[in-house]
Amino acid sequence: MRISVEQIRRKYLRHDKKFPHVWCPGCGNGIVMGALLRAIDGLSLPKDEVVLASGIGCSGRMPTYLDFNTLHTTHGRALTFATGIKLAKPSLNVIAIMGDGDASAIGGNHFIHAARRNLNLTAIIINNSIYGMTGGQYSPTTPFGSKSTTSVHGHIEQAFSIAELAVTSGAGFVARSTVYHAELMAHLIEMAIEKVGFSVVEVISNCHVQYGRRNQLGGAVEMLQSYKDNAVTVKRATSLTEEELEGKITIGVLADREMPISTEEYEKVRQRAKERGGNVGC
Amino acid sequence: MTLKKHEGQREELGEKVKKQGEKLFEVVFSLDWCKSCGICIAFCPKKIIIGDKVGKPRINDSDSCIGCRFCEIHCPDFAITVQKRFPKRRQSDVP
Repeated sequence: MRISVEQIRRKYLRHDKKFPHVWCPGCGNGIVMGALLRAIDGLSLPKDEVVLASGIGCSGRMPTYLDFNTLHTTHGRALTFATGIKLAKPSLNVIAIMGDGDASAIGGNHFIHAARRNLNLTAIIINNSIYGMTGGQYSPTTPFGSKSTTSVHGHIEQAFSIAELAVTSGAGFVARSTVYHAELMAHLIEMAIEKVGFSVVEVISNCHVQYGRRNQLGGAVEMLQSYKDNAVTVKRATSLTEEELEGKITIGVLADREMPISTEEYEKVRQRAKERGGNVGC
Repeated sequence: MTLKKHEGQREELGEKVKKQGEKLFEVVFSLDWCKSCGICIAFCPKKIIIGDKVGKPRINDSDSCIGCRFCEIHCPDFAITVQKRFPKRRQSDVP
């Protein structure tokens, strides 16, 4: 049986921080935080061997509440800091928590290159389709035609699909979930932490305050209900046509493959250099 | 007085009696952490969580809880715990 909330509160939350947390009522970030803690507890990882790095935004507040080794870094650079930690000490479990703007706009280049390099990191990307904290501007994942403070007559650009971007960039493990499917999310995060290689879990989350309100999607309950109605599993999605998949969210494991790991390859290079007695040039 | 008779009496009084082996649960709310988002009230499969006038949840019929823990894992504010409940068994506890 998974850890109860009462035990989570005693074991993993920082009690010198102010609770209840800063997020709006019904925000999906809290559900993701719970799922992450259940996954870490399910794997029985010691608290000192987990590092959480986050960028800026609503999701960036998450590590400040949690009692692990944590970093709250600059905008979009959660993965770069995580890369540095992993290269310095490969035994640590490094988890980068990012928002959609953080991962795909400001840190877009870092994201695709971290996936290409295939370091043994875990990236959890909370996709709420908008820049929530800064006032509801459109982000790279805002769907076509939806309204935000910087697209009051409807958005004119197409949205990124973060999970598919990670698949094509060469990440070892890519999965997607929604905040309604919190039990699945905890399971996917567990698989992602266990996976040796760059693993991405994209979580479709609700921002009913900045996004739902402007697009008549209702509150937290209505948005969670829409995730329940629109989610299809990867297995079922293969039997559906492209028109049927319009507006649906594919959840589950999208890619799981073995690729050369950057840190291991680097160790091999060091070994080869040592065998040559440091005389690498000739 | 045997336990069976006691259960019969409780049934006559209109109380729900769980059969042997069935588990009882209780849902504990930390109302100082709750932000009244309404997720637990809307998605409870047994619809036993009801909101008061400011939207804070409370349990209507604790015996109907099936212990699915949906409210617990979907509460964004870590305000709900579902735990097992052990009813009073001794004869002296019977009112």
